[in-house]
Amino acid sequence: MITIDKVSKHYGNFQVLTDCSTHVNKGEVVVVCGPSGSGKSTLIKCVNGLEPFQDGQIHVNGTSVGSPKTNLSKLRSHVGMVFQHFELFPHMTIRDNLTLAQVKVLKRDKDEAAEKGLYFLDRVGLKAHAHKFPGQLSGGQQQRVAIARALAMDPICMLFDEPTSALDPEMINEVLDVMTELAQEGMTMMCVTHEMGFAKRVAHRVIFMDHGRIVEDDSKEAFFANPRSERAQQFLAKILQH
Amino acid sequence: MEYQWNWGVFLLPSAVNDGTYLDWMIAGLQTTLSLSLSAWMIALLLGAVVGVLRTVPHRGLAFGATAYVEMFRNIPLLVQLFFWYFVLPEMLPTAAGDAFKALNPIAQQFVAAMVCLGFFTSARVAEQVRSGINALPRGQKNAGLALGLTLPQTYRHVMLPMAFRLVVPPLTSEFLNVFKNSAVCSTIGLLELAAQGRQLVDYTAQPYESFVAVTVAYLMINVVVMLLMRKVEVLVRVPGYLGGK
Repeated sequence: MITIDKVSKHYGNFQVLTDCSTHVNKGEVVVVCGPSGSGKSTLIKCVNGLEPFQDGQIHVNGTSVGSPKTNLSKLRSHVGMVFQHFELFPHMTIRDNLTLAQVKVLKRDKDEAAEKGLYFLDRVGLKAHAHKFPGQLSGGQQQRVAIARALAMDPICMLFDEPTSALDPEMINEVLDVMTELAQEGMTMMCVTHEMGFAKRVAHRVIFMDHGRIVEDDSKEAFFANPRSERAQQFLAKILQH
Repeated sequence: MEYQWNWGVFLLPSAVNDGTYLDWMIAGLQTTLSLSLSAWMIALLLGAVVGVLRTVPHRGLAFGATAYVEMFRNIPLLVQLFFWYFVLPEMLPTAAGDAFKALNPIAQQFVAAMVCLGFFTSARVAEQVRSGINALPRGQKNAGLALGLTLPQTYRHVMLPMAFRLVVPPLTSEFLNVFKNSAVCSTIGLLELAAQGRQLVDYTAQPYESFVAVTVAYLMINVVVMLLMRKVEVLVRVPGYLGGK
């Protein structure tokens, strides 16, 4: 579904990604973790072309992301993305947040889009909030709406960029539960997250990044039982302490 | 020397017998209003476009927009006014120049003043719009793009509605400035409010009454604008965001 092949990226002299290669198969859940500044968010933003990269290739469902011929808007319309800070559109009601791209991008008619949006809103448990504005919801609720908004586009895969990092501890689980359910239904997912509990429960594979390189890329069993690199061992030792 | 106050001066027939002096003031007020409002329309429209262009990821467009802003912002309004009124008509292609000169003198003054004030203010509006766009969280643009919206769609539906809301207060200042700056246009002979006030002094030798009247008229205009813009602020307020409920 997603193949990342020898991708490198630099800002001027500063190397952000070096020779990153991995893949996500259909129906697979891959968790990307690593210390701050290791390039994991940059990598996941390269997958739908929000960040350009200089070398290497990324293909999503056979379409080359880096190619100038690719219609990036079209590609993005079926790759769902969820952000750290939710990024709902504050001036629109929840219903309009859910329908905007369906109507403008997929050209669905308004009623159909609203029906679809409300269906997914119901699935994340927030149907009663359709008329509200994002600022009137809690962080966890906003993030669930953001997931519903992405799902309403019928994505072929989902990208999560630290979806719980900006949340109060109490709200993390409500978001992780939605993600877990999604994974169990067979959604292809690539998640940048520090939630190792989620990774242990849900992931098929774990990728560990450090200094812009993919240091480990292994099944979750192998990764948690016996990380090969010293850096990953240190990281796990620290993060699993609490 | 004792100053002889005479508020009745406004009701006297004017020296050239075209109504009372009050009629002069009202005519001046009307010119100031129509000049400023039409200039403001130009400023909002051009300013929005130029402000957006300053933020787009295209070097040529962004550079052009920056050059536009710096040019209109850094040349004194008076110099710009003389340029539009005295210089530009001579530089235009003959047909366009002649068409302008065929207008009656008052229309010539009005058009030059309107365009000048509109362009000058548009550069300032552009800066406000740009700052509004830059004040948005960076992720908003990404969120729009990630849903498959094109960049223009993302501006239209995601970024601009919030950016404009953020800059309503500074745009209010610019709106007020248009009315005040319009007084400069009396220098090319346009009989707007300030010019009528001065003319009244020349004809009646009652400077205090005249300038008090002019001052009150400008104040009233700006109070109305402020109340209006406060209404706008409340109208566009977003629930749960920036003072909204």
